[in-house]
Amino acid sequence: MRSPEELKAGGLIPQRQKRMVTIRCMAPGGRLTSQRLRAIADVADKYGRGIVHLSVRMSPEILYVKLEDVEAVTRELAAAGQRLASCGKRVRVPTACGGCEYNPNGLVDTQRLAQEVNERYFGWDLPHKFKISFSGCPTDCMRSRENDLGFQGEVEPALDPNKCNGCGLCVEVCQEGALYLKDNLPWRDPGRCLGCGDCLHSCPTDALTVGRCGHAVYVGGKHGRHPHVAYPIASLVPDELIFPVIETVIHWYREHGQPGERIGDTIDRVGINILRRALKPVIGQYLLSHVDLEKPRWQSVFYRGVAATFPAYED
Amino acid sequence: MLPAPSISLDLRGTPCPMNFVRTKLALEDLEAGQVLELLLDPGDPVRNIPRSVKEEGHRVLSVENLGGAFRLLIEKVGE
Repeated sequence: MRSPEELKAGGLIPQRQKRMVTIRCMAPGGRLTSQRLRAIADVADKYGRGIVHLSVRMSPEILYVKLEDVEAVTRELAAAGQRLASCGKRVRVPTACGGCEYNPNGLVDTQRLAQEVNERYFGWDLPHKFKISFSGCPTDCMRSRENDLGFQGEVEPALDPNKCNGCGLCVEVCQEGALYLKDNLPWRDPGRCLGCGDCLHSCPTDALTVGRCGHAVYVGGKHGRHPHVAYPIASLVPDELIFPVIETVIHWYREHGQPGERIGDTIDRVGINILRRALKPVIGQYLLSHVDLEKPRWQSVFYRGVAATFPAYED
Repeated sequence: MLPAPSISLDLRGTPCPMNFVRTKLALEDLEAGQVLELLLDPGDPVRNIPRSVKEEGHRVLSVENLGGAFRLLIEKVGE
């Protein structure tokens, strides 16, 4: 019989009931086809008790499967293209919101990134579990600050003054007080702007449009018994640098992390500036500095008081 | 000179998303090129309605802050 850790690596979770396991199915970004959903339902009927639980990481879990049926279940799911997820000390299935594919607020393609990240990095062994998330906008439904590596879409608006009629709607819709009218044109305080894009989505004349679009990057968050709020690392990192960021952070974690230590705790022990230094050759121009962290934008996106506790970000 | 509205809707006090439903229904009653006048509360309504109207492909011709309310003129763009 396989050990609990071996079972968990393969997406099987031992149940309280003897010789029964929960089968965790993979659904990167929380997305399934109806065909796979049907296969999961069929397996739950045939081998379980017709019950599926959705995990907090968006994985459908088939409950009450007998250990002796695991191979048949795996085979039948695989025939429908449904792979098993994982538990334990490795890169987990990434989570993602709807992103820009169909959500009006979405600024980046979170679904495409989640699927591709899953294909590239799923199951890589690490000192402890490693959770990656993608949120499409600053509403941050996927909770970037509570993931080991969280990406959150954001936009920097660009203004074409010739198109602006000075209506002031952008100032009105901005929830951060980051815009004001001067000489009948909107001016933006980048220290307050969260990059949500409400202003350009509302602009009647398309005077405000997407200037730069990218991801805010957070490292070291987790929930659980001892929650740890992530460190803000970078802003407006473009899509094409997401994989280099992930690989750099993973390699850094492998080098510095102790067995059983989440990356947030590794950063606490080793120092955020050691990680920042590792990321500098990859995303140097997007890294946040201590000056950035003192702005209302970065102070206001953490629980009360947390932002004041970040150590000095050396340049 | 802005065109005269064919329909006027006072959506002050009408919360989201009902204000959008009524806006959309009013736009359906218009011919392309005709204009809808809206009165909206500040906050969520003015944050959501112009943007949704724009996403539906119509044109927001003007936004006027009346102090405590907003007046919008929206031109229906054809199917």
